[in-house]
Amino acid sequence: MKHFLSTDDVSRADLESLLDLSDEFVEVLARPIPKVPALRGKTVAMLFFEASTRTRLSFERAAKALSADTMSFSPSTSSLSKGESLKDTALTIKAMGADALVVRHKSTGAQWRIADWTGLPVLNAGDGAHQHPTQALLDALTIRQHFRSLDGLRIAIVGDIRHSRVARSDISTFTTLGAEVTLVAPSTLLPVDMDGWPIKVAGSIDDVLDSDVIYLLRIQAERGGASVFPSLPEYVSRFGMTRERFARLAENAIVMHPGPMNRGVEIAPEVADRPRARILEQVANGVAVRMAVLFRLLGGEVHDA
Amino acid sequence: MKKVMESEEIDRALRRVAHEILERNMGAGEVILVGIHTRGVPLADRLAGYIGEFENEKVPVGTLDIGLYRDDLDRRPTTELGATSMPEDPTGRTVVLVDDVLYTGRTIRAALDALADLGRPQAVQLAVLVDRGHRQIPIRADYVGKNLPTSPGERVTVRLQETDGTDGIWIEENA
Repeated sequence: MKHFLSTDDVSRADLESLLDLSDEFVEVLARPIPKVPALRGKTVAMLFFEASTRTRLSFERAAKALSADTMSFSPSTSSLSKGESLKDTALTIKAMGADALVVRHKSTGAQWRIADWTGLPVLNAGDGAHQHPTQALLDALTIRQHFRSLDGLRIAIVGDIRHSRVARSDISTFTTLGAEVTLVAPSTLLPVDMDGWPIKVAGSIDDVLDSDVIYLLRIQAERGGASVFPSLPEYVSRFGMTRERFARLAENAIVMHPGPMNRGVEIAPEVADRPRARILEQVANGVAVRMAVLFRLLGGEVHDA
Repeated sequence: MKKVMESEEIDRALRRVAHEILERNMGAGEVILVGIHTRGVPLADRLAGYIGEFENEKVPVGTLDIGLYRDDLDRRPTTELGATSMPEDPTGRTVVLVDDVLYTGRTIRAALDALADLGRPQAVQLAVLVDRGHRQIPIRADYVGKNLPTSPGERVTVRLQETDGTDGIWIEENA
């Protein structure tokens, strides 16, 4: 594995091996000294061309727990605002000695170009509405910790699927790992290009309350997600995880959300704090899976030539 | 490939090492056995079994994967990591590290680093099934099942029932 750009082309065996590796890093993070020297001397550069708090912090924490150094950069204070091209920015950071690049960009596919230009291992931390592969890994890890396996599980993904890179990465990861995925969204928030996706579609969250996992997505106002349904109360009435709906879930079911949450929209405020809402576990697992990916990409010299 | 140790000899050697551990530590009360992946893990289990048999005392057994502590990560392909688990806090206890073959000593150096991140044992001792010599760093074993003179060009292969389906130790010329 040279890059980690998309979950679409990762085999089941590779996904499971990354999850197994992540389990070991969960153990490392629980130690009295939650740091290992595995990537000492390596430098990981964080290139976040789009705002991010949790993902950037999570990658930084992961890199540091592996003893790698980190460099980070935010677009508002960088030369991008002086007009430097994406390619020049990437090559400049490579010249400073970065060994791997963690990249978030609003344009689909930017990471693939950067990988070509620099030849460095690139980790996709989100490209437009396309992919967010480490989020999918941490989601799969969280589900696997609860159910032991995703095989045969019924997982409902609810909300703004169209604008969601999380949904795209999750759908391919969950189905590759053997789960059955149902998408639930207003028709205006379903992707237009779903032909051939291995999924089912439902019209209301009430149709999927017997699922094993209810995965709620954030309404993404910044990508136009709030303008395509009449009102928030109307959204909540068909797609919100209310207290009443939470009470009707299967006994062993869990609720997930990639964050940041809009409490009171996708999820009722008090539901988000219930133990069966695994939102903070997802965040914690994010560090472990990012360690696994960084270690896989940088922990051995041997990249397939 | 020449077989240099049979199953019964391995058994006898491990029983002797178990006795030595008990003798040196005046019982097993403070001891934690920690097997280094891969074949140190079943060896630690076997030693715990013998100690239980001799003293009727249950010794805690942990496992250690040193993959994240190697000094040659750049020079070898990434391998899968085994589980690291410590049954009890090693702080203040006597940890006996268990491995199959002691060679350059680099694995043990990495294991000492890994152990230091898990607690501060009162003492650390090393038990190995085979010491084949050719140390590259100043490390020695406290308990040795068999001293096996080898040349650096030879390869020592340990197989155990638990991991390989059979017990035995072989030497071969490296191709």
